[in-house]
Amino acid sequence: MDAKSEILSRIRTALGPDRTPVDVPRTYTRTTPETDDIPTLFATRAADYQARVRRVTAQPTLAGPGGPTALIPFDPVPVAAAITDLLKTTHVRSLVVPADFPEALLPQDNYVIRRDDPPLPVADLDTTDAVLTGCAAAIAETGTIILNAGPLQGRRALTLIPDTHLCLVRADQIVGTVPEALSTVDATAPLTWISGPSATSDIELHRVEGVHGPRTLLILIID
Amino acid sequence: MGMPAFPEAARTALADGQLRANLRTATGTIRAKRAAVVAERADWEQLREAGRAIKDQALHDLDTHLLRLEEQVTAAGGVVHWARDAAEANRIVVGLVRAAAADEVVKVKSMATQEIELNEALAAAGITAHETDLAELIVQLGHDRPSHILVPAIHRNRSQIRDLFQREMPDAPPGLTDDPVALAGAAREHLRRKFLAARVAISGANFAVAETGSLVVVESEGNGRMCLTLPEVLISVVGIEKVIPTWQDLEVMLQLLPRSATGERMNPYTTIWRGTTPGDGPREFHLVLLDNGRTAALADEIGRDALRCIRCSACLNVCPVYERTGGHAYGSVYPGPIGAILTPQLRGVDADPVAKSLPYASTLCGACYEVCPVMIDIPKALVHLRAKVVDANRANPSPERTAMKVAAWIFARTRRLELLQRLTARVASLLFRKPTITRLPPPLSRWTETRDAPTPPPEPFRDWWSRTREEP
Amino acid sequence: MRIGLFVTCFNDTLFPASARAVVRVLERLGHEVVFPRSQTCCGQLHFNTGYQRECVPLVAKFAADFADLDHVVSPSASCVAMVREHHPRVAEVARDPGLARAVAETAPRVREFTEFLVDVLGVTDVGATFAHRVTYHPTCHGLRVLGLADRPTALLRAVRGLRLLDLPEATQCCGFGGTFALKNADTSVAMGADKARHVVDTGAEVLAAVDNSCLMHVGGLLSRNRSAVRVMHVAEILANGADA
Repeated sequence: MDAKSEILSRIRTALGPDRTPVDVPRTYTRTTPETDDIPTLFATRAADYQARVRRVTAQPTLAGPGGPTALIPFDPVPVAAAITDLLKTTHVRSLVVPADFPEALLPQDNYVIRRDDPPLPVADLDTTDAVLTGCAAAIAETGTIILNAGPLQGRRALTLIPDTHLCLVRADQIVGTVPEALSTVDATAPLTWISGPSATSDIELHRVEGVHGPRTLLILIID
Repeated sequence: MGMPAFPEAARTALADGQLRANLRTATGTIRAKRAAVVAERADWEQLREAGRAIKDQALHDLDTHLLRLEEQVTAAGGVVHWARDAAEANRIVVGLVRAAAADEVVKVKSMATQEIELNEALAAAGITAHETDLAELIVQLGHDRPSHILVPAIHRNRSQIRDLFQREMPDAPPGLTDDPVALAGAAREHLRRKFLAARVAISGANFAVAETGSLVVVESEGNGRMCLTLPEVLISVVGIEKVIPTWQDLEVMLQLLPRSATGERMNPYTTIWRGTTPGDGPREFHLVLLDNGRTAALADEIGRDALRCIRCSACLNVCPVYERTGGHAYGSVYPGPIGAILTPQLRGVDADPVAKSLPYASTLCGACYEVCPVMIDIPKALVHLRAKVVDANRANPSPERTAMKVAAWIFARTRRLELLQRLTARVASLLFRKPTITRLPPPLSRWTETRDAPTPPPEPFRDWWSRTREEP
Repeated sequence: MRIGLFVTCFNDTLFPASARAVVRVLERLGHEVVFPRSQTCCGQLHFNTGYQRECVPLVAKFAADFADLDHVVSPSASCVAMVREHHPRVAEVARDPGLARAVAETAPRVREFTEFLVDVLGVTDVGATFAHRVTYHPTCHGLRVLGLADRPTALLRAVRGLRLLDLPEATQCCGFGGTFALKNADTSVAMGADKARHVVDTGAEVLAAVDNSCLMHVGGLLSRNRSAVRVMHVAEILANGADA
């Protein structure tokens, strides 16, 4: 008997013929109360895990489906200015952006900008200071951003190798809870959930920031 | 297994004052953190109920869910392998690494690969495995054994780790301090080249979703992301009990696990992938589904609850026995309360002295059951496994078995108990004049070596009752 | 109210004073206590050590001995936990429906002493006096299996003159654990020593609990280390001055 058949047959013998169906009681909280200020909760919780969070207000633009504003349904000018300001607080000199990242959102100072188009070798990513992306969704309760390689995000290696990650989060992308997030995001693409910068609790179970992933996580919430 | 049984191993560990101080600090820290984030959730008990039901649902129809998982992973471009035991899993992995023409691999911390001793199998095949999790790296550099499920180097404190890095890590920065930030930085530098150059990575998985074929790895440092994203070939060795039926089930598990494990609302990084994605991550993905004793545990109606375990370690962190002995005393990659019920089942309750001793390595205090996110009644399983140990050894006479049989015989008749009580009282009044006894013969000497014992009073309760309440 | 006393073999033989204290408190509150003489042992020792087969006749005997009582009270949380939680399990494993029925009748009517006072009699002040500094250790089976919560401390707080001091890390096991105390004596003692240290640190004169087995362990360590702290069953404190 091959391994698969044998394991399946062991399982069937172990469980026997009478299987009682199990129901999952889903009485736990699945949504946040509507009264909660979700973007503010997200900002607080992300900051709890040492992400540096800023907020900027940008006027919405009327986005036609598939039109040029589909990627950024907001006025890019104040957002680009906020990105510039945020990067000034760091030692970042070079930036990588995903292939679809709009020019209008790039910082206005003299940064070396590398576009991941065609895909950059990992060695180049390793010598780039920061990465600038959007996200697929965010979770307020846990201060988590979710990437799914969708618009403004690029492939997974981009947000992993540079030491600083600046992530744009539109207020309307933020959901309250983990269940809401899982029912929102597309499960077919590879997902990366990020809650604060890289950290470890491996020494005396004390959490310290900064191991293999980006050691600085900057979040810009666009209201 | 040449390991000593739990009581002997524990004695050695208890004598190590540094170890006990390290464990007390670390478990105390994590207990407080867990309690704080669990208290934030008014619906914690409902989440636990759901977590238990999800895992039970998966286990009670395990064949169906595994087949679904295989179908979905295959459809998404992955290759599924099945391994009956450790040797078969190791053979599969070695074959895949050789097919990729690699002589080294990067590894993200995985209990399953520790359980099957994959690193040893790879080494025998001339393949170097680099552990990339900080604690695993500490264990590997120290030629040590892991002592905790989540934090395998919990037995070492920061200055011991600094000394180890200076001794064993060729590229350790000069003047390295014992500041955890500096130590983490040294690990980052040490592993960076290996990540960027690695062609094959080996991982486990926290969950495998049957419905979508998604694999989930929950981590903190980013070494997981490095392994899961950068190499060309990814091999994940996953116990068959890691399957959960639906995508929606993750909404429970991804809340229970981080709060129970590191005491965080969410761990820094979670990677969820299906098969392969062109242009993003490995071009080859292999899933090795591992039995290695799990189906034997599944056949036991009480023991199978241990298969619900999501390896959070909350039971270790609250266990008063673990806090004092540490993980090495359990003689298994799965230490602590969960190890005490899992190891004897995976190996067989009567397989070796360690397996036989583990169900007894507990006071049955129940602290583990109280925190378990999937509500594994560990004390119940321990008592059940004790019965299996006893039943497996009924043919071999032992002083304990004789004592238990005699006790049962005495308790079967009131008259016999009364006689014993009067005899005890009489003997005690002749031998012991003080209210406490400081020396008793074996096996009770094990009590009086360190503890005084009460002198049995001259009149048992029932005699007082007769004397004062009943007509003569 | 007619109340049956489940003394437990351990208290009967080694700690009869605790059982006498239970009788005294209940009688002082105006209730009649009966002592089913035929009782022996609930089987906890056998069950927890893995001798489930030997346990079956003891469970059957217990159900018969206490069959016709509306209320059964015991000064041992762990023995009550054995009866209420594990007797049904023993009957199930024995595949004996008759035994299962008998256990289902008897087991739910068995209560730990402080639980009985608070839940059934609705009493927290039993009129006792005890002018000492006391710290309370919640024993594991009382805490986690029976869920006694603050019942024992509510009773202690009502005792005149008694000063109740908080025990650090109170909910951690003392390390007794039945045969664990002998099979894993070193670990047991390491746990007990930490418990004893916490007890001494409170500055209490008396350590109280609702299980004499745990008290025997911690008390044995305290006494070996020549500590002045005494151990006492909660019932004995509640009985103190009750006759005055």
